[in-house]
Amino acid sequence: MPGKDYASTRFSGLRQLTPQNVGDLQVAFTFSTGTTEGFEAPPLVVNKTMYVIAPWPNNVFALDLTKPGAPAKWTYEPKPAAAAKGVACCGPVNRGAFYSDGRLFLNLLDGNTVAVDANSGKELWRTKVADINKGETLTMAPLVADGKVLVGNSGGEMGVRGWLTALDATSGKLAWRAYSTGPDKDALIGSDYRAPYPQDQGNDLGVRSWGPDQWKIGGGTVWGWLSYDPELKLVYYGTGNPGPWNAEQRPGDNKWTAGIFARDVATGHARWFHQSTPHDLFDHDDINESILVDWPAPNGQRIPALIRPSRNGYLYIQDRRNGRILSADPYGYINAYNGVDLKTGRIIPVPEKEPKEGRVVRNICPGPPGAKDWNPSAFSPVTGLVYIPHLNICMDMGIKNANYIPGTPFVGADVKMYPGPGGNRGVFTAWDPVARRKVFEIKEDLPLWSPALATGGGLVFYGTMDGWFKAIDARSGKLLWQFKTGSGIIGQPISYRGPDGRQYIAVPSGVGGWAGAIVSADLDERDPTAALGFVNAMKDLKKRTTKGGTVYVFALPK
Amino acid sequence: MSLRCPNSVLALAMIAALCSCDREERQTRGKPLGETIPTVASPDTIFPGRATPPPLDPRAAQYEGNASAIAEGQRLYNWMNCAGCHFHGGGGMGVALMDDKWRYGGRIDQIAASILEGRPNGMPAWRGKLTEQQIWQLAAYVRTLSGQERKDAVSARADEVSNTPPQTQTKREPLRPADSDQQ
Repeated sequence: MPGKDYASTRFSGLRQLTPQNVGDLQVAFTFSTGTTEGFEAPPLVVNKTMYVIAPWPNNVFALDLTKPGAPAKWTYEPKPAAAAKGVACCGPVNRGAFYSDGRLFLNLLDGNTVAVDANSGKELWRTKVADINKGETLTMAPLVADGKVLVGNSGGEMGVRGWLTALDATSGKLAWRAYSTGPDKDALIGSDYRAPYPQDQGNDLGVRSWGPDQWKIGGGTVWGWLSYDPELKLVYYGTGNPGPWNAEQRPGDNKWTAGIFARDVATGHARWFHQSTPHDLFDHDDINESILVDWPAPNGQRIPALIRPSRNGYLYIQDRRNGRILSADPYGYINAYNGVDLKTGRIIPVPEKEPKEGRVVRNICPGPPGAKDWNPSAFSPVTGLVYIPHLNICMDMGIKNANYIPGTPFVGADVKMYPGPGGNRGVFTAWDPVARRKVFEIKEDLPLWSPALATGGGLVFYGTMDGWFKAIDARSGKLLWQFKTGSGIIGQPISYRGPDGRQYIAVPSGVGGWAGAIVSADLDERDPTAALGFVNAMKDLKKRTTKGGTVYVFALPK
Repeated sequence: MSLRCPNSVLALAMIAALCSCDREERQTRGKPLGETIPTVASPDTIFPGRATPPPLDPRAAQYEGNASAIAEGQRLYNWMNCAGCHFHGGGGMGVALMDDKWRYGGRIDQIAASILEGRPNGMPAWRGKLTEQQIWQLAAYVRTLSGQERKDAVSARADEVSNTPPQTQTKREPLRPADSDQQ
């Protein structure tokens, strides 16, 4: 699975590679996907086969790791509708497939979820769950648990209504769907729901915390990461931003957007919800990963917790049984909020940063992609640290009236982003969740859009948008090895043991996504507002990298 | 003589009037032209048996560089959410419109055809949602995004807040042959 385990640690226990020998790492083989879009999905290695999941048009390649050069065994071509690219806000990306019980499950951009036989590459079923004519797409990696394939929609910039859907893994038939807005019966909020804080408790808040009917087009999409606790049988995920970005058009807290749900996997019923960013003003989706850990409380108890480096810039540690916040600390530069009130669970907004129609508000930090966007962190049980690849981006934001036309953007904002204090656009932070402090920090010139990987040998890997793939010491952050790949890296690195018993590291290279759209979609850097304002912060990227998807696989010399 | 003098004054006045009329002509009276949009004109297509692409649609002259059409097109560009994909011409979900790369042709009639019919990689088809006159107006505005339009034709301010300077405040870009009318 893309997160390595249900707890989403992105930690590989393999220990052959160490700070002492990683400097000798060299290329074992490479594989071109033939794509030019942002390449985010991690390869999956199962049964001596590497499955490579390409961005648009979502082809899957099965590579035979037992043969020299890993030739392809089969290729699966799902042929999704090309028109879907026109409603994919931030590039026609795909965040990965899930392997379970001899089958691969993945989402196609055009709204279909498919199951593919992992041995033959034959499609077993295809279920249409999202409608591109409403602006819905699928970019997230599904999670399979308890015989169900869990899938959420994308389209938070298109006036869609967010949901998480469970399909039966065998048949592909709909098991349940839980909306992120609307009446309790649609949100699957019933008698077993208990909010950790009073503002998230009440009847039909998904309707009453909006202006009339706005919940129908209010966002709260589920395009990020799911985690699963097999003991509690709960699935955890965050909901996306409310729509439109122009918050004056949607008075109220806008539930259940920009928060985190815990749901019973069998029925979909919500167990608890906490809204990290009520009435979101800045596109601060809450879709980032939840890393499930046992957290040592000061009294010596071990609390089943989840760690969330949130888009709004705070790293939340929450009791995953009930949603109570144990701590919430800033891990990046923030001037749009004044902290999180641990008594009420509410974030404290800074009033002068609130955008008002008719003027441009300057210097809002973090910007729309937050202190960290989709690219997940890693947690190493060896060091006890969370490794967070993230952003240092601020913005000027003007809001304007957004008209709702199905299948077109529903944003109502004119944004220009730029580097935050210090001028570096990316930061790699190692965070001690128990001591609640930064252990080390690496400033990166370009935004970090690549996820992190931690290994048992004491290494951490990540990539940069100009194509450097780096290995650092997990304790000190010292750069130990780096390799320049063919294109910018925004993809998820993995580590696996090959059929020959050796430890390999693989990383997808292929720039794109929201931050890299200037290259992958060939945008014009003279317009600072292009790609929702991200282009202004990325004007140099065209000179520093070119597009093209390739998987690089590394190992020590034999 | 007494009759000729006013005549020459009148003639001068008429010349002056003609000069000032050079700026643009608004079609507010007279026989209405059918607002149809040609859908076949793509300059990058091969036309077997014929060396030249179809000539520019005659209706283009009513809209191209016309301040009134451009202003109306600018309003529609925001109103119909074109800006949500193409922003101020730099692109995003949709392609950039200010550069000199045109997949389906950068002539005003070709842009109008792309708006009307949609295009395969995600451009919606606006047939039946906008009048053809509105589509021509939008195409006229799109033509100005490259900054090559005369500064007396573009508008000095947008209807909405913006993080970009008004088109009248930017340097006029030199005309690029790839974007010119008779490509």
